[in-house]
Amino acid sequence: MPLTPEALLARVEDALGDKLVSSKIAVGEVTVEVKPEDWLEVATTLRDEPGLAFDLMMDLCGVDYSAYKDGAWEGARFAVVVHLLSIVKNHRLRLRAFCADDDMPVIASLIDIWPAVNWFEREAFDLFGIVFEGHPDLRRILTDYGFIGHPFRKDFPVSGHVEMRYDPDLKRVIYQPVSIDPREITPRIVREDNYGGVA
Amino acid sequence: MADIRNYTINFGPQHPAAHGVLRLVLELDGEVIERADPHVGLLHRGTEKLAETKTFLQAVPYMDRLDYMSMMMNEHAYCMAIERLLGIQVPERAQYIRVMFDEITRIMNHLLWLGTHALDVGAMTVFLYAFREREDLIDVYEAVTGARMHAAYYRPGGVYRDLPDRMPQYLASRSKNESDLRRLNENRQGSVLDFIEDFTRRFPGYVDDYETLLTDNRIWKQRTVGIGVLTPERAKALGMTGPILRGSGIAWDMRKQQPYEVYDRMDFEIPVGRTGDSYDRYLVRMEEMRESNKIIRQCVDWLKQNPGPVIVENHKVAPPNRESMKSNMEELIHHFKLFTEGMHVPEGEAYAAVEHSKGEFGVYLISDGANKPYRLKLRAPGFSHLAALDEMSRGHMIADVVAIIGTLDIVFGDIDR
Repeated sequence: MPLTPEALLARVEDALGDKLVSSKIAVGEVTVEVKPEDWLEVATTLRDEPGLAFDLMMDLCGVDYSAYKDGAWEGARFAVVVHLLSIVKNHRLRLRAFCADDDMPVIASLIDIWPAVNWFEREAFDLFGIVFEGHPDLRRILTDYGFIGHPFRKDFPVSGHVEMRYDPDLKRVIYQPVSIDPREITPRIVREDNYGGVA
Repeated sequence: MADIRNYTINFGPQHPAAHGVLRLVLELDGEVIERADPHVGLLHRGTEKLAETKTFLQAVPYMDRLDYMSMMMNEHAYCMAIERLLGIQVPERAQYIRVMFDEITRIMNHLLWLGTHALDVGAMTVFLYAFREREDLIDVYEAVTGARMHAAYYRPGGVYRDLPDRMPQYLASRSKNESDLRRLNENRQGSVLDFIEDFTRRFPGYVDDYETLLTDNRIWKQRTVGIGVLTPERAKALGMTGPILRGSGIAWDMRKQQPYEVYDRMDFEIPVGRTGDSYDRYLVRMEEMRESNKIIRQCVDWLKQNPGPVIVENHKVAPPNRESMKSNMEELIHHFKLFTEGMHVPEGEAYAAVEHSKGEFGVYLISDGANKPYRLKLRAPGFSHLAALDEMSRGHMIADVVAIIGTLDIVFGDIDR
């Protein structure tokens, strides 16, 4: 039988001790936040502790919190979120760390712990500009060769900055500034508390 | 002593065996692969970013276009993530419909995989057989959703509509005479469920047919046995899931271990391989089709006996029916608000995963309480699988790369997102 979220969190708290910044159980999922400087150590513990045994790294992604609740976010801008799965113990965990510096987000690479993070870290670097120290091959992965910028950051427009076309005079493909403006058809709305008198 | 040089060659992005737009830079020593460097992203559409600019409901059709071989399963994970944050319970009948269509989709995916994989390796006939059966399932898709591929059928809170009472039939044309028509429409006389039931009766025989063509075929075995071997330890370390993980001998299936919807009521087995080579993965997928067929049959039996609602009554999430919308002010407002502003999902985050036909497809959804997702991360199984291509193909011949790409069952819609 898999552990209940509460029992799993208790075990994680035991194993991590004071490295834990905060923890939460919501919708049946356990979320644990740690400091970026403890990132490698925490990951090693989570994998090797026999009671936890997180042997599969399911997902790693970057998150840009700068526009959260329309700018009400205080705290570091970039976070790295990892979803772990233990096949042996049949439980899941979400691990998060906020990068210390907003202008140059850096965090240690987990490649020696789970080789599966290889492409996921490349993706987070490509899309958010988060640098993973110790990654052997931190190239862009999803965007074009020679792409400039990190497209999933909240200050990057959906329409991008450049568009590509074939120039018949130069007889080659050229990049030029985009000719379209981003449109917002349905506005984004965060409702205030007690909207419409409903609790 | 012959002069042997190392070559670097480009495989794709336009190559029939690349299954889409895979550009593979191969470093070769003679004909032996020293390093394979897949360049992906040629199909990158930024689905996750686009979803941030759309309401929750508007992003559903994007999910079909991720892994366009198993459309409804992608929608399933996305809807489950929203439902988890909203805290709503899907009606039982909708859960059965979802399970049934997940398994129909799994068979569709595996049929396409089987056909193309065999075609890459040189067996043409299987392709023709597999597509014949796939056509029947696509017809089911069309009868239920109106679309042959991009269904947009699963909605947060249930499914869009109940299964129709009538299966569409072929009409007379210049190319079809009376007796052709009778033969083609023979199993289309009843409802969609009758047609699916008829399919589940026929299908095990079809799988036997495919197996006679491949399982003991000497050429097929020469091309797949011992190719791309993954030990259980490496499979776990590289983040493999689904049939590839099971092919390496690890009995992990979310439908059994972490059941969602009504999978805990289904009776089915988890096939597991032994050696972790391409041939074992082939056997695992073939067996999975038979198991999926069993699950479909159980769902059909239940659905025939238990009518009921297929989407929640909560009109902040699901639209009211047309009739009440036209006679009731309140429902009209609900409809208007739902399709202009969209639903509001409470602040929080959820990771919902399904046992996709290729592996674990997960949706990580962060909502800040708005009518659009704050961040949507799609965990595509193919992404991890293709990342392992380098390790799997080292030391093999060029021709084996094609077999390994086939056995990985990659689709660029979900790798590049």
